Amino acid sequence: MATEFHNLQELRHSASLANKVFIQRDYSEGTTCRFQTKFPSELESRIEQTLFEDTVKTLNNYYAEAEKIGGQSYVEGCLACFTAYLIFLCMETRYEKVLKKIAKYIQEQNEKIYAPRGLLLTDPIERGMRVVEISIYEDRGSSGSSSGSSSVSGSTTR
Amino acid sequence: MKNCEYQQIDPRTLSVSPQSAQSLGEAKRQRPRRKWEVFPGKNRFYCDGRIILARQNGVLPLTLGLIVVTCGLFFAFDCPFLVEHLTVFIPVIGGVLFVFVLSSLLRTSFTDPGILPRATTEEAADVERQIDTSGSSTYRPPPRTKEILINQQVVKLKYCFTCKMFRPPRTSHCSMCDNCVERFDHHCPWVGNCVGKRNYRFFYIFIISLSFLTSFIFGCVITHLTLRSQTGKSIIQTIQESPASVVELVICFFSIWSILGLSGFHTYLVASNLTTNEDIKGSWSSKRGAEESGNPYTYNSIITNCCATLCGPMPPSLIDRRGFVLSDEAVPVGSASRMELPPFAVKSDVNMFFCTCIFFVSIYQDIFLGRW
Repeated sequence: MATEFHNLQELRHSASLANKVFIQRDYSEGTTCRFQTKFPSELESRIEQTLFEDTVKTLNNYYAEAEKIGGQSYVEGCLACFTAYLIFLCMETRYEKVLKKIAKYIQEQNEKIYAPRGLLLTDPIERGMRVVEISIYEDRGSSGSSSGSSSVSGSTTR
Repeated sequence: MKNCEYQQIDPRTLSVSPQSAQSLGEAKRQRPRRKWEVFPGKNRFYCDGRIILARQNGVLPLTLGLIVVTCGLFFAFDCPFLVEHLTVFIPVIGGVLFVFVLSSLLRTSFTDPGILPRATTEEAADVERQIDTSGSSTYRPPPRTKEILINQQVVKLKYCFTCKMFRPPRTSHCSMCDNCVERFDHHCPWVGNCVGKRNYRFFYIFIISLSFLTSFIFGCVITHLTLRSQTGKSIIQTIQESPASVVELVICFFSIWSILGLSGFHTYLVASNLTTNEDIKGSWSSKRGAEESGNPYTYNSIITNCCATLCGPMPPSLIDRRGFVLSDEAVPVGSASRMELPPFAVKSDVNMFFCTCIFFVSIYQDIFLGRW
């Protein structure tokens, strides 16, 4: 069942949330932030495997860049220490800069690739960097949804 | 999903309409609430979510008080004599150390240690689906663990029933704060906060600078009393002339052993890329069984371990304290709210002073209670 959406706003207004898929973290290389590139079965009918893997690999590269321990991070760390961390009042940390790049990348991916296929990526930072949440939408106009659980409330308040 | 052209709904401007009534139940509320107001853990927040502390932070003022009082007495009673007889650099060095100690202390106490936000309902349901549950839901099921490979070594991940997720490696649930904290070291009552991934470097700088400060004051006071008694007076006379010095001496003498010990212990932990939690539990000790179970996180080089722990990149706060709570699945305001303001931007000086006072006492208590 191919559901076509032209942009994200149309997705929001005319679709209902059918299911959510969670891409978990890959800890095989330690505690650095990496996500599993295993293609979930729920997405098989929705998106090509290569596109999905490209997205996750690019995200992994961004996070690796943010957490890279090298010359620049040492300089930043030492400078911050000597200025009693006041330096962060004027400048952003490298991690924050990369997070902004990631947010832009996810938005671009959503607009170009995922929304037209009725999917939406959630930035992992919204979920405590634990999962990449992919929401699967079904067109409200279509007859019934294929997947089971429909969790619309999704309340963030606890 | 902040990546779409979504306009944040402000409940104040809403008029109740049939479509929106259901999903915007929070429209009844007069003002939008920030996430720290609905935070599920046992933390206290000040300055509208900018400062985070543990609930039991009663020892922090005492700690701060001890530091400030000792340094105050030092600057008031010992420095004039020493400046006259020795060098003007003594109060300068003392001042620099004092600033370092205080700033790292405040930073440790007020920084989010690396709290992991609890899993959303959908995420928790997804995890549940992946776990085999054969029993009924009326009793707590047996502990759930998941084994993963990290650098070719088997590590067990435990399921946290409170936060409804499998804890990432090196994460532990702090019962005092009721949060899962990344790279959990220990909960320090002296600091009034957990020590974890994001504030371990501040904690380390704090104890190192405190060791220097205590030793420095101790040395200076001894020198002061020695110089005074060299002019032919007896010890009793010298003490009577400068009673504050004795107070400082007593405080420094009792604290110096524990602080130096703690510094040494944490230097060892930093050099081997371990946490206090792991060391106490003996997670990577070779005593457990015949198989090789070294620390999978170490870089096998002391310098790299130190640099990675102390000078590594500063990870962001994951709990987004100042973001707004929204009732539907759309995410709160953008990244500007995620940036954590340093404690120096604090408006509430009274809170800050109070908070910093507690710390010092925690330090002493922490030391005596025991990492040695």
